[in-house]
Parts: sequence; C-alpha cells; structure tokens
Amino acid sequence: MRSLVWLFVPAALLAQVNVPYERIRDADKEPGNWLTYSRTYSGQRYSPLDQINAGNVAKLRIAWMRQVNETDTFETSAIAVDGTLFITEPPDAVAALDAATGRELWRYQKELPSDLRLCCGKVNRGVAILGNTLYYASTNAHLIALDARTGSVRWDVTVADHKNGYSSTGAPLAVKDKIITGMAGGEFGVRGFIDAYDAKTGKRVWRFYTIPAKGEPGNETWAGDSWKTGSATTWVTGAYDPETNTVYWGTGNPGPDWNGDVRKGDNLYADSLIALDPDTGAKKWHFQYTPHDVNDWDSTQTPILADGMVQGQPRKMVVLANRNGFYYAVDRVTGKFIAGRPFVKQTWASGLDEAGRPMRLPDSEPTVEGKLIWPSLGGGSNWYSSTFSPNTNLYYVNAKEEAGIYHKGDAEYKPGAPFNGGGQHDYKEEEPYGAVRALEVATGQLRWEYKLHRPSHAGLMATAGGLVFGSNLSSFFALDAQKGDLLWRFETGGNIDANPMTFLTGGKQYLVIPAGHALLVFALD
Amino acid sequence: MAAGTETKVKLPTSRADLLRGEKLFQVHCALCHGPKGVGGRGPMLTRARLKRAPDDATLLKILDEGIRGTEMPGAGVMSDREMRQTAAYVRSLGKVVQKPVPGDVAHGAGIYRAKGCTGCHSVHGEGGVAGPDLSAIGESRSAAYLRESLVNPGAAVPEGYLLVTVTPNGGQSVTGVRVNEDSFSIQLRDSAGRSFSFWKKDLARVDKQSGKSPMPSYQGQLSDTELTDVVAYLASLKEAQ
Repeated sequence: MRSLVWLFVPAALLAQVNVPYERIRDADKEPGNWLTYSRTYSGQRYSPLDQINAGNVAKLRIAWMRQVNETDTFETSAIAVDGTLFITEPPDAVAALDAATGRELWRYQKELPSDLRLCCGKVNRGVAILGNTLYYASTNAHLIALDARTGSVRWDVTVADHKNGYSSTGAPLAVKDKIITGMAGGEFGVRGFIDAYDAKTGKRVWRFYTIPAKGEPGNETWAGDSWKTGSATTWVTGAYDPETNTVYWGTGNPGPDWNGDVRKGDNLYADSLIALDPDTGAKKWHFQYTPHDVNDWDSTQTPILADGMVQGQPRKMVVLANRNGFYYAVDRVTGKFIAGRPFVKQTWASGLDEAGRPMRLPDSEPTVEGKLIWPSLGGGSNWYSSTFSPNTNLYYVNAKEEAGIYHKGDAEYKPGAPFNGGGQHDYKEEEPYGAVRALEVATGQLRWEYKLHRPSHAGLMATAGGLVFGSNLSSFFALDAQKGDLLWRFETGGNIDANPMTFLTGGKQYLVIPAGHALLVFALD
Repeated sequence: MAAGTETKVKLPTSRADLLRGEKLFQVHCALCHGPKGVGGRGPMLTRARLKRAPDDATLLKILDEGIRGTEMPGAGVMSDREMRQTAAYVRSLGKVVQKPVPGDVAHGAGIYRAKGCTGCHSVHGEGGVAGPDLSAIGESRSAAYLRESLVNPGAAVPEGYLLVTVTPNGGQSVTGVRVNEDSFSIQLRDSAGRSFSFWKKDLARVDKQSGKSPMPSYQGQLSDTELTDVVAYLASLKEAQ
C-alpha cells in the first residue's frame, strides 16, 4: 500500500507543474528544487541541501540510471521541479523523468535536418522552465516550447539558419515573461547574438548582436567587413541579477579562430562579458577578457554573481576563471575591473593592466609552423561550471594545466563551411594534468588545490553539506569544500562532460551526473 | 562541399598546390609519419596503395576526422583547401619508386627467434604480449625506423608503452608498462604479461620512466649484417591476407 501511494504522488504533482518567474527569482526558498540551469540566477551552482554532507558522503550509492542510446556527448544539466526531472538527451531530445524512480514520463524527439553544421557533435546542456512550459534550443538553431506535463509542442521558432553554420546547444534562461537564448557556430563565421522571445507566443522581442554593425560603437574594432563573420557566439547560459535587472552573458571567440590577420583590432564584443537589460536587450556595459583573441579562448562559461569585501568595502561582483588562464573579479554594477590573476600556467601575457586588459607578450600568436603557448585551446577552464559557496566564500574551478602548439592557417570564408584559420596540435613533451582549485573570490588567490591525473572537461557544484562535487575522466568525486580532501569517488565507466546538480524528493537528497551515455543518480543508502 | 563528405574527389595537381601540401605535411604530419612520409610513430605513406585510404575521398575523410582508436587525429587545423593540398602531396609520395629493403629475410627470422624476441612480441598470434604486436609492422614502419628501434629502443617508445615502477607501502616494487591510470588508481602489465592494479593511496612511490623502453638495445649484440637481416624480416611482416 505504501508503494502505491509513493508512486501516485509524483503523478499528482505532475499535473500541477507551475513555475512562475517569482519561483525562479526566489529559488533559495525551495532548495529541494533546481529550477534553472545553475539552480539560481546567480550562476553559482551552489545547493543549500546538506542531507548529503562531509560526514556521510562516503555512503553514497547509485539510486537509478537512465541510458541514452546515442554516442554524442551527454552534457545535460537537469532541472528538478516538484518531483520531476527534466533533461535533454543527445540527439536533440527532451525527457521528463520521475525523480525518485527514474521512470520516463514522456520524451520529445526533435526531427533534425541531415545538413547540420556542428563543431562538436549534437550536444545540449539543458532546458528552461516558465509556468508549465519547457524551453529547449535545438542543434538546428530552433527554440522550442513544450508542455511540461506531456512534452507536446506549443511552438517552434527558427532562431537562425543552420545552413549558414548557426546552431544552439545551451539551456535558455527564463527571465520574467521572456526566454533568453544564446547560439553557437563560432567555427563557421557566423555573427553572434543573444535573443529574447515572448514565452507565450515565441515571438522574438529583441536581439542583441554581439558584434556591432557598421556605424555602431565597437564596429571600428574589426578590420573591413570582418565583423560580418566574426562569430562571438553565446553558447552557454548566462546569469541574471534581479536587484539591478541585469542579464550577464559571455561571448565566444572571434572568427576565424586562429588567424587574426583578417580581423585586425580588438574584435568587440568577442570573448567578453555583456551586461544587458532583459526588458529591452540594451547593453549596459561590456568587459572584454581577451582583445583580439587568436587562441579560441571563448568566454562563454556561466559568470558567477558573488558579493564580497574588497579593500574593506562590500562589492557586488561578477567573477569567472577564464579560458585565457586568468581569474577575473569585475564590478557587476559598473563593469569595472576589480582584480585578476592567473589561475593556471599562462605564457601569452605579462599580466593584466589596471583596467584588467591583458598585456600580450610579443611573439605569442599562432604561426604557420606552430607556436607553443599555455594554456591550450581548451583553456585554463572551459564551458563547464565553476561554483561558488557562500559558506566558504571560495570560488572553485576545474583547472587545466595544458599547453598547445598553435598553428595559423588559411582563413577563407564560405557560408556554412568551417572558418578556423588554423588550429592546435597537442604538446606531448609534458603530460597535462588538472586540478580542482579553490580561489578567494575577491582576488583569485589560491587557497587549496586537489590535483587530477588529467585535465577535466566537467563542472563543479558546491553544497551546504561542505562538499564540492566534480569529475575527472570517468570518475565522479566529492571533495571537502574547506580543505580539498577527497571524501568519495565513484568510477562511472564513461567519460564525464557535464555539470553535477542535486535535488530533494520524498524527503531524500539525490545527486545527478551524466557520464558516458547514461544519467547517473546517487543517494545515501 | 566540405572535405571528407564527397564520394569522388579530384585533388589539386599544380606544382604550387603540391609545394603547399608538402609544407603543410612537414608542419602537421611529419612529426609522426616522418619528413618524407617514410614512417615513424605513424605508418609510412610511401606506397602506391594506402590500406586505410584506398581512394582520395577516404584519404580526405581521414585527414578531416582522423582514425578512431588510433593516434591519428583529425586535421581540425587545416582548411578544406589545405587538406586537399596535403592529400595531393601524400598521393605524390606513393608515386616515388621505393628501393627494396636489403637483407636476408629467412636469416633475420631465425635471429629474431634465437634472440628471444618472441618472448615479448607477437606475430600472427604467436609470442608474448609485453611489447607491441609486430604482425603487420612492415606495413607501418620504415626500415630506418625499425633499425633505430633495435639499436636505441628508447628513441621512440610507442604510445601506451610507458614503463612504470610502483612501490606499494611496505610491499615489493612492480615494473611494467602502464595499461591505464586515473587520479585514483594505476594498472600495469609486466614483462611476463601479468596484470596488476593499485590504488594510488596505497603506493609509496610511482616512478614513470619516460623515454625508457623495457626492450634491451641490440647495439653490439648483433652484427651490422644481422641487424640488416632482422630489419628485412620485420619489414616483410604484413597483415595476414
């Protein structure tokens, strides 16, 4: 009888799915749910749940799994809403699962054209929810609204033409009555943008081009017509500060990636953080991390909004460990640089100046023969999540210590064709390695590190249980958030390229990580 | 149409394209395949027919995507045009007439057995597993590379054959090639083919001997003629038809 009741409860709740904007804004009031990509708008990927904690994490066991019958990389970050888990699955599917049992409630499969232009497979990082509608951005650059109760399509709009190299891989962000989405295609000479759509109708409300058009401020940072094919894509979900009504969204590399000769100038707003008014799409400020990037150091990873003391004064900051090897703290109200320093080995800049602009060293650009530079094109870190714990006041990053030999090559633009202008060979004289590093949030000063055999390509999550969850190759593990000691590990048997998340259902905390071609869900015995 | 997606292709033939292809080959391919495609860590390409690339479309596809399960990476570094120029140069390598490998194959085979090479190397299913399988080594390595491997085995230790000595806390050391490793454990296979697995937390020491090979040098152990004959035997080894 007990099991019948238990099975019945999620079904009853399912009919009531309703996540108005206020629930997402006030997500800390319901720590058992995970209502948006990073749980809260702050981008912190921090969970206040502490049922799983440093004292008992060693007792974590697999609770259930879900297999995906595809070979593309599984990068989803699930959201959890009142007992239902919503995930994306390769290739271009969305599924609703009963969060306690893993049993499928519905599955939506997007029909895809055969002529997709993708750099990195049919990957997707998750959905947004608003009201009782899910929002999903597909690899053929469509934005799709699904009934969260059944998976039926409410609307499906074209964001951009996939034949010209546009695609979508990131989870949208629901803000008030709009769905904000980025796009991908940075290796195909696209022109980047951030869009907002009316959540009810799918009508586009605004578009912010990440490369200014002729006559607009910033266009002078692109030689000739290079701005038309300058990329600056927006393929990872941003953050939002309701207090200042500002969306923060990172942008990708300028195109062509490794040959800057055809796009002389700073190439605004590539490799930047852009602060936008979500109501209008108007830019409030921008901060460019890597002017005239020639190493493919996208700055698209989710920025983290954190408050801290700087020289005795409280500051509202937006922080991130950038692919270019530097950690940055920027004032999130003004966009002014606060502090920054390398968090991995880097050999391309002598440091950051007072405004936070890197001082590029001579002879540090790709050459036809190849130029050895730290970090590699994979960066000091990459798209996957860093995390911030307000308990420890530390910023945690999965850092990569790895060099690349950068080559400059042809840079001839043809619509829909790769537009790279070179590339990278691995540097094999030193074995690359990784490390989870805990940095002081206001300065980037290293507090501790946990070394990893190889660089990771997976995200971190801090919890109130005093834990930082992370991954390396096929291992999923938990570290002590204060000291970095290893407390638990699990061999998943498949490479991990995703961010962890956690939720509570039926009074029990669960932990989620995609690994290989399966979604793994853990709980205490 | 992007390279690697066509069924039939026409590679460029102009001298300028071939020169550009040669330059690209030197930068991106020669490190493994040798400066003139004579082989190294990667197979030699100086043959009229490339086993994995029987036609130009397949060759372009390999250049574009690499070969899964091998060390051959995709050429994300090169544009379409550059890949075609490189492919044209690779094809030109196969048109150069190669001198036959000198030496007495049968005599070389006898020395190979007498010196105990079969203890570590396998040929068509016979022999040990501590070293690389040599069943088709003649298709993938040049005579010069094979000779260097005999007299200076540490010069080019193949990927996957890193020699490691681990010392457990209070236990006896084990030396073998690294089969696998992550942040938490390491797996070895010793010269007798036995497998070992250790938790790193249980180890006092892990000594990785990069550039060292478990294989002894045959410099001074074999005469110049004997070396030539062993190389001739190895060069004759081809995949069983």
